[in-house]
Amino acid sequence: MALVLSEEQALLQQTARELVAQRAPVSRLRKLRDAGDPDGFSRELWAEMARLGWLGILVPEAHGGAGLGWLELMVVVEELGRTLAPEPLLATVVLGGGALLLGGTDAQRAAHLPAVAAGERLLALAYQEPGSRYDAAPRSTVAERAGGGWRLSGEKRHVLDGHAADAFVVSARTDGGATLFLVARDAPGVTIERQRRVDFRNAAIVRFAGVRVGDDAVVGQPGAGGMLLDRVLDRAAIAVSAAMLGGMTAAFEMTLDYLKTRQQFGVPIGSFQALKHRAAKMYVETELARSAVLAAHRALDDAADDRTVARLASITKARASDAYVLIGNEAVQMHGGIGMTDEHDVGFYLKDARASAILFGDAAHHRDRVARIDGY
Amino acid sequence: MADADLESFRADARRWLAANAPQSMHGPPASPDDLCWGGRKARYPDDVRRWLAVMAERGWTAPTWPREYGGGGLSAAEAKALAQEMAKLALRPPLVGFGLSMIGPLLLQAGNEQQKREHLPRITRGEIRWCQGYSEPGAGSDLAGLQTRAVRDGDDFVVNGQKVWTSYADKADWMFLLVRTDPEAPKHAGISFVLMDMESPGVSVRPIRLISGASPFCETFLSDVRVPVRNVVGKINEGWGIAKMLLRFERNMIADVFKERDDAARLLALARRHVGDENGRLRDPIVRDRIAQVEMDQACFEWTLARSRDRVKAGHAPGPETSIFKYYGTELNQRRRELAVDVAGPEGVGWEGPGFAPDDLRLVREWLRSRGNSIEGGTSEIQLNIIAKRVLGLPD
Repeated sequence: MALVLSEEQALLQQTARELVAQRAPVSRLRKLRDAGDPDGFSRELWAEMARLGWLGILVPEAHGGAGLGWLELMVVVEELGRTLAPEPLLATVVLGGGALLLGGTDAQRAAHLPAVAAGERLLALAYQEPGSRYDAAPRSTVAERAGGGWRLSGEKRHVLDGHAADAFVVSARTDGGATLFLVARDAPGVTIERQRRVDFRNAAIVRFAGVRVGDDAVVGQPGAGGMLLDRVLDRAAIAVSAAMLGGMTAAFEMTLDYLKTRQQFGVPIGSFQALKHRAAKMYVETELARSAVLAAHRALDDAADDRTVARLASITKARASDAYVLIGNEAVQMHGGIGMTDEHDVGFYLKDARASAILFGDAAHHRDRVARIDGY
Repeated sequence: MADADLESFRADARRWLAANAPQSMHGPPASPDDLCWGGRKARYPDDVRRWLAVMAERGWTAPTWPREYGGGGLSAAEAKALAQEMAKLALRPPLVGFGLSMIGPLLLQAGNEQQKREHLPRITRGEIRWCQGYSEPGAGSDLAGLQTRAVRDGDDFVVNGQKVWTSYADKADWMFLLVRTDPEAPKHAGISFVLMDMESPGVSVRPIRLISGASPFCETFLSDVRVPVRNVVGKINEGWGIAKMLLRFERNMIADVFKERDDAARLLALARRHVGDENGRLRDPIVRDRIAQVEMDQACFEWTLARSRDRVKAGHAPGPETSIFKYYGTELNQRRRELAVDVAGPEGVGWEGPGFAPDDLRLVREWLRSRGNSIEGGTSEIQLNIIAKRVLGLPD
């Protein structure tokens, strides 16, 4: 299918760009950071995003969503990525919501997805553990049969937006494989500790101490959670690549502007060929990343098979990671001394590039995965 | 065109191709030199000539060109269907070369009626092979600094000078070239684009031996060569605009070259042979990573080509993205060729003769050839300048 946006998608992009520029500039992220805001994002903006239908883009109409596609989500996520907006869209819609969309029972979907689309419920996916690096399989988190249900114990880290989530999708080892469970924030035995990351993306350590859940908390089939988790993470890798595309585009535009205005030796520094060529290479890298992001979202809309999606997710995430890290580094370098100051926004992008690059696996991890998928 | 009409065209084309393509024209040629480049100087095997003749008769050597100039008059959709049917039968193109890919499209856009009638049918029938006279010893990246002079003498120009890096000039029948017709004007303003018969008195050609051992390029010496004034394409002294128009065709063509479908399979087979497998994976994780990197970048590059085509189809004007394609496509091809000789290890340094497998010898020649990719058709540095200036708007 065509790798261009439809008129409707372009219109949505325009709306998103305007709202994000107005309501969520980088200066707002800075304020949230400096104030040590307990949420680390804006509940008002979140409600506005719900009103605009962004939170329900992927949610079927039957569950109160818009029933739109991945390209629609892409344009919104890309625009939010431009200003590094910390609203928990990825965690709620793609990770937690994605697990329910792909594997949830009708009852689970009916219980949560309308609230997600309405902006009234935040979800998170708790899958990473101490030492698990990029291996998504649960290691020390275990769920055992207990009474008519399950008892869940273990510690999850880097739980994106876990500090504010109302419910978690949690991966655990069970007899016969991994299983995903839906656990409420206020279930007895759940404790949450906020983590502070270099990029100020909100995350938490979530501990489960003998948490009791029923059979109705199982997402997907018991023992088959590994495959479901992979499918969710592939979609998350694709979605975060769209946010990274927004971030690298903004950092690049900011740098390009600086190259045209900053004067040294009596001329704009952008007239120096040493910088021109590097700027041109940054442009090429963002264009290639944009193509991959479009191709991956398009494939999801075209209901490509799991292997194709996995391959595209890995190609796209690796490309976005490498490109964003390059552009983050170059953006700071080309800004010179001012780029090293906390006062200037460009440093936020350098940090976001680093943190995003490792999210759901770094570039080397995804290259190895593509090699595996392609049989070498 | 209605879908039903297109499908009936497709079915007719399929039947006709199956009935008329010689058996030996199925399957890929052993090398680009085995394709038919046409021209008066080469002798091609019977099947190649027969395949060219039947396809040219139908106008299908240039499917989208108008019928009155020897083309097939097909719509873009029909031409695509024809290409798909040829691909299904693994049929090789009946004719390739600069006539079809460069000067023909240029004449369709910028030539006058007489030039179109004279040259286009002879291109589609493969009678005339063309070469390109752009670079000179003193004019490489600074192409507009060219010094070949053309002085008006009645109905002719008298041309003196030297061209270099003329691809296949020794095999070509005609040359399109840039000459300086006004030495007083600013350098971009005094250039004309002319068509020249290589049989003209005063033309001499000397092949250049390259680091790969091959000689695809020549020096061409022009000494008092008479070229009729009617052979100027566009207006006299306005050849630079024509030259740039043609460069875009050239850069697209160069980018197209780097889409050989079997490249991924070849590289992997090479790695299996030289590095070996362990537990179903390549033994060396670094080789694995480098192969994955090249193949993934290739995928992103092809999506970028597709995105550009889709944008044009959706009615957007094509941007200056051809410079991205030329830059990235050539650098990527170089990385692939260099990786191949790296993977071959000690077997990747053979030149000829005993002790080296023919496939490995081929890798070495391909690697050496690829070093020129980022030089010919506008160096990578020139492409980056173009992106910086035209796309990014960075100041001079």
